Amino acid sequence: MSGSRIAAILVKELRQVARDRATLAMLLVLPLFLLVMFGYAISLDVKHIQLAVLDWDRTEGSRGFLQQFLHSEYFDLRAVLQDEAQIDHLLDNGTVLVALVVPRGFAAAAAAGGDAEVQAVVDGSNGTTAATAIGYVQAVAADYSQRALVRALKRAGAPGARSTIDFRPRVLFNPELRSANFLVPGLIALVLIMSAVMSTALSIVREKERGTMEQLVVSPTRPLELVIGKVIPYFLIGLVSAATVLAASRLLFGVTVRGSWLDLAGVTVVFLFGCVGFGVLLSTLSDSQQVAFILSVFLTLLPVFILSGFVFPFRNMPRIIQAVTYVMPGRYYLAALRAIMLKGAGIAVYGRQLLALAVYGVVVSGLSILRLRRSAS
Amino acid sequence: MRTIGFIIRKEFQQIRRDRRMLPLIFIAPVLQIILLGYAANMDVNDIPVSVCDQDHTAESRELIQRFVGSGSFVVSRAAGSAEEAEGDIERGASSLALIIPPGYGRSQTAGRVTAVQLLADGSESQSAAIGLSYATLIVSRQAAVTASARLASLGAAGRRVRSVQVQPAVRVFYNPTLASRNFMVPGVLAMVLMIITTVLTSLSIVKEKERGTLEQLIVTPITPRQLIVGKLAPFVLISIVVISLVLAASLALFGLSVRGSLLLLYALSLLFMFTTLGAGLFISTISRTQQQAMMIAVFFFIMPMVILSGFVFPIESMPDAIQWVTYVFPLRWYFVIIRGLFLKGVGIADLWKETAALAVIGLAVIVGSALRFRKRLE
Repeated sequence: MSGSRIAAILVKELRQVARDRATLAMLLVLPLFLLVMFGYAISLDVKHIQLAVLDWDRTEGSRGFLQQFLHSEYFDLRAVLQDEAQIDHLLDNGTVLVALVVPRGFAAAAAAGGDAEVQAVVDGSNGTTAATAIGYVQAVAADYSQRALVRALKRAGAPGARSTIDFRPRVLFNPELRSANFLVPGLIALVLIMSAVMSTALSIVREKERGTMEQLVVSPTRPLELVIGKVIPYFLIGLVSAATVLAASRLLFGVTVRGSWLDLAGVTVVFLFGCVGFGVLLSTLSDSQQVAFILSVFLTLLPVFILSGFVFPFRNMPRIIQAVTYVMPGRYYLAALRAIMLKGAGIAVYGRQLLALAVYGVVVSGLSILRLRRSAS
Repeated sequence: MRTIGFIIRKEFQQIRRDRRMLPLIFIAPVLQIILLGYAANMDVNDIPVSVCDQDHTAESRELIQRFVGSGSFVVSRAAGSAEEAEGDIERGASSLALIIPPGYGRSQTAGRVTAVQLLADGSESQSAAIGLSYATLIVSRQAAVTASARLASLGAAGRRVRSVQVQPAVRVFYNPTLASRNFMVPGVLAMVLMIITTVLTSLSIVKEKERGTLEQLIVTPITPRQLIVGKLAPFVLISIVVISLVLAASLALFGLSVRGSLLLLYALSLLFMFTTLGAGLFISTISRTQQQAMMIAVFFFIMPMVILSGFVFPIESMPDAIQWVTYVFPLRWYFVIIRGLFLKGVGIADLWKETAALAVIGLAVIVGSALRFRKRLE
């Protein structure tokens, strides 16, 4: 292996990257664009649930009960209904998510004590949102009942008439439960995959498509030297984008790194090593940029979203899919990144993840070198 | 018309010649359905909780039993101390920790207030938020049970004062099991259509640019309009095949079928494709290399649309300014349409608003891009 030949390829590749201003700008602007979009727009909180109410009782008691819903920040009153048929229609065209029906005799039942029933009709098509909405309906009803009880205890002359459980939830690591804190590590993984896996694969396949690969192959440069020279620029771009995302997320959303920067950089470099290795492997599998692109979207980008714990928790996945997630490097990188950034953990916590990433990098790079040798000879 | 036929045939030959291309077009959607159907699950159940019961009374066990019985939580470990429970969260072994202090049971029967602590792992913010709201509900119900018991134990005074328990009877429409799969799988249809029509059309045009064959086409007597139609038509045909494939796969794998009219589904999907084909055409006019075209298509068109159109993240929770932006995304309207057709079985009467929006956006996009494309050619 010769350093000067690698350097020559590196210089050539850097020139090409620099000449293709549009692509370079995109590689650097994109992370910011994604960050702003994720940070500002995305939230999994369910608020402003559109609500319709149908009050058959029309008493002070039923109005008081419905008032509880309107006072909570979770519900927006969208429609006051006159009959049941309207409910189907409003749910069908998606105007409201929840329709509350207070039956006749609600206030009378409430005054008599015991159970009073109300009906909640919920659009279940989005299971997650619906489950949350149902939770809110139950919470408001429970709160109402609780207040009624406390009033009753007071009237009965019981001492200290209030709830006997002083419930103190405390959230560790991300006390305000801000989505940005949760999403930024995932976004960094996404950006790295974009700039490392995709750009590497595409830049090699482009040479294949244009026929310039053959020219390089007949030159004295060895395949490995060629690959090393080609991947270094994308490795560097990946690091720069990751740093950009970190800096911007601190400026815009106040996301800070609790752990050490050295830990962060170390894990990132190991992950990037695997990424570029995988990019090279993909390039040996595809003859056109279109194929390389589709492969990289389906084998890296989608799995990062779906199979790495970015948005969807592992524990809900079927066993087989859980097994598949173990070969996804994003899984380990995300876990390590969250541990370092949010929990401020050291190597004792993320050591296993680091090991997995290193193994992945070595295996993938080994495979791609094997394939390169075979196609070169 | 014959000229268009020739271009279409040439396109198909090119697609066929790239051996890996066609299988990918057809395998990718099925793979997505499997991934999103099985893995993209946000249902919150079996949240692992570390329980630290320092009280060991019937009352503390009853509270724990309420957590377990709700189906949302499983006890991952009985922790000996509060520090241990906190350590479980730090290591990621549990998402929540419930700490019941000594004396809890006695104070409950006596009607005194005790603090019950719950720790949540905020690094998994969405599970933590949902877990917290469930836990709060469980605790407030427990407090209500205790309070009613006290009211009853007050004897004559308690019997005179009555209190109400409001029980919401919940009826769920369209998706009674609340499985997120039923919501995700129809969405795959939209994603796949968008990828095929936007990315592949723009690539097929830019590829000709890159190779210089576009100039050759321009000097032939083919008019720009014929060229556009000839270039786009193959992908419309492929997309129709893919729609059928997705429908078959979601029925075979998840037993999920279209409750509404199939004809309407195909018709409105075609309408949706006008917007995405137009976007593909537009992208081809602003990019010089295939790499650029792909990046622009995926990261500036597809990803923002998928993220901001309610595929996973609810639109109602977005800031108002961004909600306004989503109105110009065809995907937003198309999602409502396919979910309506798949899950609710509604007809055009309930979907006319979305249809009109798609038609307006589609017309604007396709005319705008075609004009730009023609200007570029001349």
